[in-house]
Amino acid sequence: MPDENGHFGEFGGRYVAETLMPLILDLEKHYRAAQADPEFAREFDDLLEHYVGRPSPLYYADRLTEEVRKDAPGGKGAQIWFKRDELNHTGAHKINNCIGQILLARRMGKTRIIAETGAGQHGVATATVCARFGLPCFVYMGTKDIERQKPNLFRMKLLGAEVIPVESGSGTLKDAMNEALRDWVANVEDTFYIIGTAAGPHPYPELVRDFQSVIGKEARQQIQERTGRLPDLLVAAIGGGSNAIGLFHPFLDDADVEMLGVEAAGEGLNARHAASLSGGAPGILHGNKTHLLQDEDGQISEAHSISAGLDYPGIGPEHGWLKRIGRARYDSVTDDEALEGFQLLCRTEGIIPALEPSHAIAAVAREAAQMDQDKIILANLCGRGDKDIFTVADALGAEM
Amino acid sequence: MTRLSEAFAKRQAAFVTFVTAGDPDVASTPAILDALVEGGADVIELGMPFTDPMADGPAIQAANIRALGGGIKTSDIFKIAADFRTRHPQTPLVLMGYANPMTIRGADWFASECNKAGVDGVICVDLPPEEDAALGPALRGAGIDLIRLATPTSDAGRLPKILEGASGFLYYVSVAGITGQQQAAQASIEEAVKRFKETTDLPVAVGFGVRTAQQAADIAKVADGVVVGSAIVDIIAKHGVDAAGAVKDYVAELKAAIAGARE
Repeated sequence: MPDENGHFGEFGGRYVAETLMPLILDLEKHYRAAQADPEFAREFDDLLEHYVGRPSPLYYADRLTEEVRKDAPGGKGAQIWFKRDELNHTGAHKINNCIGQILLARRMGKTRIIAETGAGQHGVATATVCARFGLPCFVYMGTKDIERQKPNLFRMKLLGAEVIPVESGSGTLKDAMNEALRDWVANVEDTFYIIGTAAGPHPYPELVRDFQSVIGKEARQQIQERTGRLPDLLVAAIGGGSNAIGLFHPFLDDADVEMLGVEAAGEGLNARHAASLSGGAPGILHGNKTHLLQDEDGQISEAHSISAGLDYPGIGPEHGWLKRIGRARYDSVTDDEALEGFQLLCRTEGIIPALEPSHAIAAVAREAAQMDQDKIILANLCGRGDKDIFTVADALGAEM
Repeated sequence: MTRLSEAFAKRQAAFVTFVTAGDPDVASTPAILDALVEGGADVIELGMPFTDPMADGPAIQAANIRALGGGIKTSDIFKIAADFRTRHPQTPLVLMGYANPMTIRGADWFASECNKAGVDGVICVDLPPEEDAALGPALRGAGIDLIRLATPTSDAGRLPKILEGASGFLYYVSVAGITGQQQAAQASIEEAVKRFKETTDLPVAVGFGVRTAQQAADIAKVADGVVVGSAIVDIIAKHGVDAAGAVKDYVAELKAAIAGARE
């Protein structure tokens, strides 16, 4: 748990314009009330079960495990299990958080919803819950992301959302977040900002984590039912870090369970990348203190990843803290390695993953090959790849 | 008395002007600052450019992009400030910007540089009182005023929190929104200032969306200071490196209106 001002060690906090402070304090007050209200939990659980389709399956990737063992040293090749959050309604883990936040928005009497999106998965999930509850939805999306995520753009429009292109800066997720914050500060009375990742001002990192923790809670129970024990290693891709913290958090007290967060190394850590923990430094952006890609004057650098969902120069504050205390490990995977991971899962398991978890898959293959065969890796398949087939075709030089 | 308190101690409201450092380039900024003083500015707010100015509207966003595109570094800003202090020993200079560039080398470093450059105060847009520890103690220790923002969302319960540790003046952001957009109704400004004055002895300066001489004069009747930013930045956008003359004329026009407001 963060401290009363939302600090995870030196990270987190509430670095926002004064105009937003009363709102953020109010949000925290309402969140505490919701946490204490069994009716809130009942409604959340009910929607997750009957609307989202939870619990998502836990799947043993038999052929992928065998494939890794072929090239691994003798006796090596851990068992690979996937938490299938790509099977959720809307195709990613993002919907878990959106259900929680729209229920909060309704409790607070807010009548207008805004969101930022990178890959478009959070935008689609937000547009979905807005349609479900009949609230107007405005999604800020960078022009570069709009170009590479056209299927999600159309989905949002079908769902009745207004997508507002953001041209400023690099035209990606961070610029969309700037613009969403500008909207919010000008519409404080009626607007609820559904932040898509476990970042931003307190209490967002905490509440997004809590809503996403359903991933880890289910996985922890499922793996014990299926194997009679806890996994040895958890793996998840990290942009802002919401699917990773959702998987990790319920296992934090299980000292023998290792955790690995996989950042996007883009073209490599010495070139353009999005690995703010591996290649960034602590700083303040978008309402929290966290690791950022930045220069010596604190100007924010543009991130790069083939995956729009990881293309962000920061990371949720709790990950910075987990790294600092040594509870989780963080590594990175390049665009090319992620593309290999993407194809590997298609070929061996008949699952087309999103480019975001393709980073996790590449890291899983790498880790599994160094672990004994009786070890268990549990990775989160946080999104499906339908949205990415054009990007992948382009990267592989294939004609559609 | 500090330079800031003297600026607010005059019979007329203080005229607080904002420009972004390094806009349109580093070399032009000193002449623009001189133009502000010659036009009659009582307090100068010098904006520290940031790649992600999320509380700013299109005008100041563009100024940030121009300045960073022109290659300005934090060291240039302190050089500009120190040179300004040499040329204008009496005019208070306030740095305004975002927390990351101010804290990246440590709050003590920033406060010490402010002190050495003759900076009087700092406005940090995304540093609410809850995060004061990140910058406030260092500034106060170096004798630099930390100027806090009050907004239309600052109710009676919130105000004491804002005022705790605040000094220099209280900056009333009269519109809930980003810089340079619409202006607040005069009645709401008057009500807010009256409310603040009941709680604090700090001078209250009012800004956001102020563009015309009439608007400035109206605010000058009820507040201790009038802040104008985006309108000046727009002039710089239009005239570029030759903006000093036009800036001076505009500032002089508003200064005359402010000076006559309480007659």
